[in-house]
Amino acid sequence: MVEHRPWNDVIAYAILTLGVFIVAFPVYLALIASTHDAGTVVGGNMPLSPGSQTLENYYRAIFVGGSRTSREPVGHLLMNSFISALGIAVGKIIISILSAYAVVYFRFPFRKTAFWIIFVTLMLPVEVRIYPTYKVVADLHMLDTYAGLILPLIASATGTLLFRQFFMTVPDELLEASRIDGAGPFRFFKDTLLPLSVTTIAALFVIQFIYGWNQYLWPLLITTQDSMQTIVTGIKKMLTTTDELAEWQLAMATAVLAMLPPVAVVVFMQRLFVRGLVETEK
Amino acid sequence: MEKSAVFNGKLLPYLLLVPQLIITFVFFYWPASQAVWQSFLREDAFGLRSEFIGLENYQALFAQPEYYAAMLTTLVFSTLVAVLSLSIALLFATQADKNLKAAPVYKTFMIWPYAVAPAVAGVLWFFMFHPSLGTLARPLRWMGFDWNPVLNGNHAMMLVVMAAVWKQISYNFLFFLAGLQSIPKSVIEAGAIDGAGPMRRFWTIVFPLLSPTTFFLLVVNVVYVFFDTFGIIDAVTGGGPAGATTTMVYKVYADGRLGGDLGGSAAQSVVLMVIVIALTAIQFRYVERKVQY
Repeated sequence: MVEHRPWNDVIAYAILTLGVFIVAFPVYLALIASTHDAGTVVGGNMPLSPGSQTLENYYRAIFVGGSRTSREPVGHLLMNSFISALGIAVGKIIISILSAYAVVYFRFPFRKTAFWIIFVTLMLPVEVRIYPTYKVVADLHMLDTYAGLILPLIASATGTLLFRQFFMTVPDELLEASRIDGAGPFRFFKDTLLPLSVTTIAALFVIQFIYGWNQYLWPLLITTQDSMQTIVTGIKKMLTTTDELAEWQLAMATAVLAMLPPVAVVVFMQRLFVRGLVETEK
Repeated sequence: MEKSAVFNGKLLPYLLLVPQLIITFVFFYWPASQAVWQSFLREDAFGLRSEFIGLENYQALFAQPEYYAAMLTTLVFSTLVAVLSLSIALLFATQADKNLKAAPVYKTFMIWPYAVAPAVAGVLWFFMFHPSLGTLARPLRWMGFDWNPVLNGNHAMMLVVMAAVWKQISYNFLFFLAGLQSIPKSVIEAGAIDGAGPMRRFWTIVFPLLSPTTFFLLVVNVVYVFFDTFGIIDAVTGGGPAGATTTMVYKVYADGRLGGDLGGSAAQSVVLMVIVIALTAIQFRYVERKVQY
């Protein structure tokens, strides 16, 4: 700071504390609601301190499911979310590191064309072409499969651009040096480029894992069986009964479970996540 | 920028590109072109026969009062969310940019809503403001405010706006903070030596230097409001009450899935594509011009 005024810091702390409060309060309420019994939550006078039903609520949400509707237990949905988020993150990293390697380290006819074909995908999110994409997935018999949940969501250029940017900063001398050592394209990729890319890969992994975990519209469309749902789509189904019948304490336990993995990833991998985010968007 | 040292493989580069190109063609170009093609067709209810009808789907679409209503809803919704989340995030970012000991801790606490799924954010806010059991709905009622987002369209809109803003603050905060930290301290010190107070320095020095970040965020936020808020709207209001929260993307979904009108839904997709492409193009032009000096 240029000049030091004591009240300046006080105001900053006050505003930031208010900010954290706003950001945290909805989640705090969900946590609290997931520890009470149904009557306390629905009664409209839920206390702001934890109740005693925590273990029972989470046990029921994960392993048993709701009592009033034939709903899948959340444990299974969590696994679906994990598989599709991992699939999206890993799949995207593999296809985009390979294509970026081709575009940056090789000269071949149609190189520019190939790059633009990939680049254009940045413009249209899957939401704009949902029904035609749905039809393609249905024709390929991929409804209710992990492939159907994963593949359409990795068809975009963000990863390719990120790796391309990174490869551009790798000094040419490294390639020359490994050439002198007699390394071909495979050895250079495996022994030199891949180890250098570890942080970029990790950053992209964090962002894509969260992106995949938080998908809603796409899984909603292509899963017809309850057993193939993800936890994010499952949570809404818990509330689609009439209001008084919805088991809010279980829905809130589910919300907490649905938030936990991606939030943990962001908090623990903060540095990588921020770096990757700022770099992909530019 | 080009590499000076490269490999001269003949087949290998194509093999490296194949996985991404196949996925891009099958799941991007093919469906996107199908969306355009379908928007010129009329299909019967079972999808067995279709005939080419030219622009009739578009004519029907633009003759629909509901479509204009959805456009207006989208406009109101995206303006509110973008303006609110940008200004709130900027306020927090300027505070976190001050030399505070606890700034990193606050930063961690501010960014994690990024990781919360929009649909989950919607459910959290719905729970907080649920007309009969919401913890924050009670004080509203107690103050004599007849709060009911389930029946009142304006209340429903306020609720989805709040959830969408809450979800987006962390993202804007990160980019504003990065932007603020890239402003050289010497520029601000020079302002202080010239006798400008903190407020004046902010509006005449810092804010103009942040304008590329702000513009970038504006475009990203509008695209976010268009698409990512689908989960919030579907989980909280289902487009209701009486279409009050039906945005253009929600209408594509509703008309295609619930109404079975694939031609009309495809025409709407094409209109959306044009809007998003235009936004992206504007952003690229603007960003490129910024890069030149």
